[in-house]
Amino acid sequence: MNEEERVEEKREERVLVVPGESIVSGEDYLPGDWTKREGKDIVSNRYGLAEKSGRLVKIIPLSGIYMPRAGNVVIGTVTDVTFNGWIMDINAPYSGFLPLSETPRFINKEEIQSFIDIGEIVVAKVDAVKGKGVDLTIKIRGLGKKEDGMLVKVNHSKVPRIIGREGSMINLIKQETGCDIIVGQNGLVWIKGNSVDEELFAKKSIEEITRRSFVAGLTEQMEKWFKENKGK
Amino acid sequence: MSKYTKRFDGRKFDETRKIKIELDIIPNADGSALFAFGDTIAMAAVYGPKQLHPQHMQNPSKGILRVKYDMMSFSVTERKKPGPNRRGMEISKVSEWALADIVDLDSFPNTVVDVHIMIPQANASTRVAGLNAAVLALARAGVPMKEMAAAVSIGKMDKTLVVDVIKEEEDYEEGEGATDIAFCFGSRSKKVLLTQLDGKISPAELKEAMKLGEQACSKIYEMLKDALKKGVEK
Repeated sequence: MNEEERVEEKREERVLVVPGESIVSGEDYLPGDWTKREGKDIVSNRYGLAEKSGRLVKIIPLSGIYMPRAGNVVIGTVTDVTFNGWIMDINAPYSGFLPLSETPRFINKEEIQSFIDIGEIVVAKVDAVKGKGVDLTIKIRGLGKKEDGMLVKVNHSKVPRIIGREGSMINLIKQETGCDIIVGQNGLVWIKGNSVDEELFAKKSIEEITRRSFVAGLTEQMEKWFKENKGK
Repeated sequence: MSKYTKRFDGRKFDETRKIKIELDIIPNADGSALFAFGDTIAMAAVYGPKQLHPQHMQNPSKGILRVKYDMMSFSVTERKKPGPNRRGMEISKVSEWALADIVDLDSFPNTVVDVHIMIPQANASTRVAGLNAAVLALARAGVPMKEMAAAVSIGKMDKTLVVDVIKEEEDYEEGEGATDIAFCFGSRSKKVLLTQLDGKISPAELKEAMKLGEQACSKIYEMLKDALKKGVEK
C-alpha cells in the first residue's frame, strides 16, 4: 500500500452504528475500542461513530458517562478528607482518591484539612485505575487546588471538540476571551477570567461548541462566532 | 382459519400498530426514549453506570442492572393504585433478565445501571413496548451492549394468531378463547430473551407464533436502528 492510498483510507467517512451491528467483515481488520470480533465480522459494542484507521476499527462514543483512564486530567470536588488523603467526586462511576503522598510538597497530618478542604475544586491527573477506585495525583505542575473561577459541566464526549486539533479550539477561546481555561477529560471545564463577564462569555462559547459539535471545520466557524458576539 | 378477515381495529393479522419512537425525552437522564405501539405508550429512562449503594450489593466481577417497570395511575380505565404491585414487580424482574443478557455487564464492575420504564397510557402489550423503549434508552445512554433487542406480543384469538395484541383481543372469549404471548429477541444472536404465555396453545401453534414473533421483531429492530441513526443528524 502506498502513502496516497493510506491517506485515502484514513479519510473514510465515519458511520453511526448501533450495538450488535457488524461494521466490517473479513480477516483484514482488527477490533479496537468498543468493538469485538464475532466470527468473520467486527461487531460494535456501543452506540457511536465507527471509524476505520488503517486496519484498526474502533467506535467513538457519542454519549455515555465518563470512564477514567490513566493519564487523564480531570477536575473534581473533594467529598471527604481522610487521615491519608482526599476522596473526590470526579463525575465518574468510581470515586477518586488523592493520597497525601501525591501532593507537590510535604503535608503534615495536622494541616491536611487546611491544605484542601471538603467542597473545594481540584485539578488532578489520573494515576491509576483500580478495580474499585481511581488514584489521582497533583505532583505535576499546573495541577492542584483552584480557589476561584467557575465550573462548567459538559458531556465528556464533547471534550475533544472543545480542545480541538492540537489545542486549536481551546487556544482560540483563551485568546478571544482572555480567560484561563482547564478542560477536564471528565467533562468539567474550569474557567478563570479577569471579570465575571469574561468568564460568562467563555462559558457561552463552550456551550456553543457543544451544541454544534457535529459541524465540520468548527474552529473556523467559531472564529466567526467570536467576531459576531464579542463585546455584546 | 378464522371467520374474520380483519381484526377489530382493521389491521391485518401480522401487522403491528403504528409505531412511534422519540429519543431524549427526559433531559436529566443519561439516555431516554419513548416507544409506542398505537395507544400503548412506554417511556424509559436510563441512569448510569453509577456508583452502587449499599456497597455490599456491589459485584467486583460485573455490573448490576436494575429495572423498574410501573404503570401510571391514569394509564388504564380503572385507576391503577400507584407503586409496586405483584404484576409490576414480576414484569420488572423479567425485563431485567431480558436486558441483562444484552447489556455488557462485565465492562463496568462495581457499578449499577438503573432503567426506569413508565407506562403513561396502556392498551395491552405494555411490557414489550417497555422493553423496546428500554433498549433504545440504553443504547442512547452509551451503555456497552452486546447487541440490541426487539420485543413484540403475539396473541391467539380462537385459532388465529395475531401480532401486537390490543385489549379487546386479550379479552376474546369465543371458541378456544384468547392467548397472549410476549416475545423478545436479540438482534444479532436471535436468542429468545423473554417469553411469557398467558392462556392455552398447542406446541405446533407455539412454534408458529414464535416464527411470527421473530419476523415482527426483526422489523421492529430495523425501526429502532433507524431511529437511533436519525437521532443524531441535527
